[in-house]
Amino acid sequence: MAQLLLSSEDLDRTCQRLAHQFVEPFDDPGSLAIIGMQTRGVDIARRINGYIKQFFSVDVPMGVLDTTFYRDDFRTRMKMPSVQVTDIPFDLFGRDLVLVDDVLYTGRTVRSAMDALMSFGRPSSVRFCCMVDRGHRELPVTADYVGIYVPTHLNEEIRVETNEQDGREAVFVVRKKEEPEA
Amino acid sequence: MTNQSNEAYVFPHRHLLGLKDYSAEDLLHILDQTDKFLEILNRPIPKIPTLRDKTIVNLFYEDSTRTRISFEMAQKRMGADVVNFSSSSSSVSKGESLKDTIRNIESMKIDMVVTRHPSPGAAHFLSRCVDAAILNAGDGAHEHPTQALLDMYSMRRKIGRIDGLKVVIIGDIMHSRVVRSNIIGLTRLGAEVTVCGPRTMMPLFVDELGVSVSYDLEACLEWCDVAMALRIQLERQEGGLFPSQREYHERFGIKKRHLREFPNFTIMHPGPVNRGVELESEVADHPRAIILDQVTNGLAVRMAVLYLLSGGKRM
Repeated sequence: MAQLLLSSEDLDRTCQRLAHQFVEPFDDPGSLAIIGMQTRGVDIARRINGYIKQFFSVDVPMGVLDTTFYRDDFRTRMKMPSVQVTDIPFDLFGRDLVLVDDVLYTGRTVRSAMDALMSFGRPSSVRFCCMVDRGHRELPVTADYVGIYVPTHLNEEIRVETNEQDGREAVFVVRKKEEPEA
Repeated sequence: MTNQSNEAYVFPHRHLLGLKDYSAEDLLHILDQTDKFLEILNRPIPKIPTLRDKTIVNLFYEDSTRTRISFEMAQKRMGADVVNFSSSSSSVSKGESLKDTIRNIESMKIDMVVTRHPSPGAAHFLSRCVDAAILNAGDGAHEHPTQALLDMYSMRRKIGRIDGLKVVIIGDIMHSRVVRSNIIGLTRLGAEVTVCGPRTMMPLFVDELGVSVSYDLEACLEWCDVAMALRIQLERQEGGLFPSQREYHERFGIKKRHLREFPNFTIMHPGPVNRGVELESEVADHPRAIILDQVTNGLAVRMAVLYLLSGGKRM
């Protein structure tokens, strides 16, 4: 059973708010850069970046990051993850990065993303933005910018849908089917 | 031709013994993944921790500097612990069998074995002796799957496709494991393959592998998109399969004038090139030759294969 958390309009409005929050700390946002995490984090990052350009007339460079190689769980999962594109077409040195993902859960993906980023150089700072923080952290990670905070049960999952991947936009919380007792 | 849209696909293999066991979908998946590993090689720090808990043995019963270095570099770029074993400096020279050697090595808790052996089928044999994942880096004149994968990847990267590509492979077809793996892989992905070389180096019934046979180099060069010259193993030519290197070059060497006469084909060679035999020296250095790209692509292909064979619980 899926329960709607954010409609398309809510998601869009949240991206606009995040665009303002990204730029707020800077007198001159020239050092700002955005890295979207594959897959839906990239779509959200693009949307936010579009609003930054619209509101502040600033071209913020954007990259795309896949963290598969840095994950600590890829060998214990049933399915071997397919590696996706990583493309960071600018020098990280001296940049103030914002890393964008769709859902923050255990914190392991963010940890692997920070490891991955360090292969590309030494940024001045890295902040983290997620559209949904659902709790249940396994590592001491917190987000600097959050779209919506949703306390969840472990048998629920958060589904973020984007136009690019799913043909529609929304955020749902979905209750997984109960496992039959052995 | 790409496989990326198929999200439900799961790579099903535990070993890479030869391309014969791999479907077109498996091959495309490896080539698609290789793109991502090539990107890593261009990073400021071209190293990832993906295999940091794996121990890999490079078990080489035959000398092979470039294949071994390529595998070793791929393994180290992915953080694996690497042990190199060569038969000349081991108990093999005291008479220990292949099975005993590998079982002893496996007792030291290894995860993967990259093996080269002069006997066809050695990699298959090893896969039945131990639990570790086996990667065939050349077994006699049988198969050399990673070389064929890097060749196919290089073609796709340079020309943009494999399906419908016209490829001529020139040289010692009979003794080449590279040819065998390439024929299997290329035809499976829809390429047209012609083999060309001296009659003394052409195996009987090679056409049954789904390739055309030609003894006319210039006709082949006019027809093909890719001309892959094989290394003539001068050390193996004491049996006199051709009269002289000079005569071989005259009939089957790619020359500078061929580049003028046939302006479209791309030149490939698995290396090391015997300059003046398979290729005239200027041909080997020509911009249409992608021999050094093949070396770089080889590293990325081997990283992709090591990654895919290294884990995941099998479904």
